[in-house]
Amino acid sequence: MELVCPAGSLPAFQQAVDNGADAVYIGFKDNTNARHFAGLNFDDRKARKALDYARSKGVKLFVAINTYAQEANWQRWQDSVNKAVDFGANALIAADVSVMDYACEHHPDLNLHLSVQGSATNYAALEFYVDRFNIKRAVLPRVLSLKQVQQVAASHKVDVEVFGFGSLCIMAEGRCYLSSYMTGESPNTEGVCSPAKFVEWKQEGEVLESRLNDVLIDRYQPDEKACYPTLCKGRFETAGKTYHVLEEPTSLNTLNILPELQKAGVKAIKIEGRQRSPAYVAKVVSIWRQAIDKMNANPEQFETEAQWMKELNGFSEGSKTTLGAYSRPWQ
Amino acid sequence: MKISLAPIGYFWGKKAVYEFYEAAAESDADIIYLGETVCSKRRQLKLDDWFEIAAKLQDRGKEVVLSTLALIEAESELHALKQLCHKAADQGYLVEANDMAAIKFLSDLKHPFVAGAALNIYNARSLKVIAEAGAVRWQPPLELSAESLSDILGGYSNLGESEKHPMETEILGYGHMTLAYSARCYTARAYDYPKDQCKFICLDHPQGMKTKSQDGLDIFTLNGIQTQSGKCQNLLNQWQDARKRGVDVIRITPENDECLNIVQQLSNAIKAGTSSVLPITEQHCNGYWNRIPGMEIAEV
Repeated sequence: MELVCPAGSLPAFQQAVDNGADAVYIGFKDNTNARHFAGLNFDDRKARKALDYARSKGVKLFVAINTYAQEANWQRWQDSVNKAVDFGANALIAADVSVMDYACEHHPDLNLHLSVQGSATNYAALEFYVDRFNIKRAVLPRVLSLKQVQQVAASHKVDVEVFGFGSLCIMAEGRCYLSSYMTGESPNTEGVCSPAKFVEWKQEGEVLESRLNDVLIDRYQPDEKACYPTLCKGRFETAGKTYHVLEEPTSLNTLNILPELQKAGVKAIKIEGRQRSPAYVAKVVSIWRQAIDKMNANPEQFETEAQWMKELNGFSEGSKTTLGAYSRPWQ
Repeated sequence: MKISLAPIGYFWGKKAVYEFYEAAAESDADIIYLGETVCSKRRQLKLDDWFEIAAKLQDRGKEVVLSTLALIEAESELHALKQLCHKAADQGYLVEANDMAAIKFLSDLKHPFVAGAALNIYNARSLKVIAEAGAVRWQPPLELSAESLSDILGGYSNLGESEKHPMETEILGYGHMTLAYSARCYTARAYDYPKDQCKFICLDHPQGMKTKSQDGLDIFTLNGIQTQSGKCQNLLNQWQDARKRGVDVIRITPENDECLNIVQQLSNAIKAGTSSVLPITEQHCNGYWNRIPGMEIAEV
């Protein structure tokens, strides 16, 4: 099982490699990738350095060009694909059919991975992408139960990668427009969700308010821990109750079901977090490396270690983790 | 400009569905989309029931399109989708494909389809890929602006596709927008019911569940696994702008009895060539089309 790790900077990239990533994925410095944050991602020079480092350690480098290309700037997505090919990326992670169409036509030898943003949740959808663009791998959205992941993997249409750890997107990725509804910018078009430039914190007496483009996302009492106002993780009111209507601030952690994922035939585990620090990447990658190695040594006896879970919880939103949709009761 | 009725997005009882389509048959809607697009547990009507309604509407002169489930996770849902695609192909109905799985089945059958708004067609080249697979009409992603739509249709024409694969464009003129799909059922969650024992609670919410921010803004409408907009999109008064940009069909979402009156008002305005259909109120939004956040109202 391949461990695929995130890097939003050269130091994070080096940490991912040093701590046991089999592959590291990066994005370029524009809205062609789904983590288009200020100060993040790779220009040509840094991408080249990252690649040299990866090659010297026998690690693969993937490039994510996984937003949806807008007509007026289509050239930017085309140029990014060419750039990724020119500098020798091991795979391109794409969501937009036009990007895959271009890559498949002009660079037939390039490994194409269907991004989670492509939102393919079943094997018939995967077949479409295999038939049409010859994709080699698909990253499954975080909406499937473990049983459903097993079914998709068992269909053997294409290699399957799933998310292991990181921020929990609770909607079918690529099909969530909540962020642009509130701010005008979305993951699909701008590579951002609940963008920081729209965030505002207001102290109203004892109460701390978080707002996104002036929409009240949450109110915190002095004894409550405030979280980043990701719009699907706020407290709202429905049917006379005020609660986390969609989801609480929490992160995904599938360490507990790692052997089941392996048995299902999942070929790769993805760690989310290109926006995270090098220290975060180092620690999380190292824990997952240890876990995969331990599982490979003795799959039947695999147990997670309390220390791993404690440390991963410490890195999580709201200091909590969940299995998310992999677990049916969560749904 | 043609008027379409979207599939009923909320969970209505069988009687209410039949009554609605009885009335819709008399309306000025040119195109009627039918079927369950949200949740495979909503089975008040079986596949044969939908085809029975389809036949009746077709007899009354309506173009009928069978719509597919948008989020397909379980094996059983895939089988149901396949069955729908085959039956529609056998009987010659168009299908609204709301997932790539539907496109896979329909392109194998060489049967034409309408590409739904959640398929993420953001540029002319993507539209071309979908056209080659058999799309004859498409719905742009909800978040696209009027200008972006013009860019795409211009690009499609420049690719020489307009002649090779003629394509109709349909936009949502009136209705709450489906902004996200999840594995989780938010209606069941609101009642603390597990999704697998949901007691079909959505039947109690024929217009979804209103959700407000803590200071009273209508922020979302919950509809099972869907998160919809809190505000209702209203682009009706901009139908002429839409037509100028190449839109062929304006879609109205069935949400309550008022919906068929709105069809009538739009139809009257189209016939009269006037732009005033339905005034924008605080309950409405038109931001996306006008290139500002979707929830906002642009001065038009």
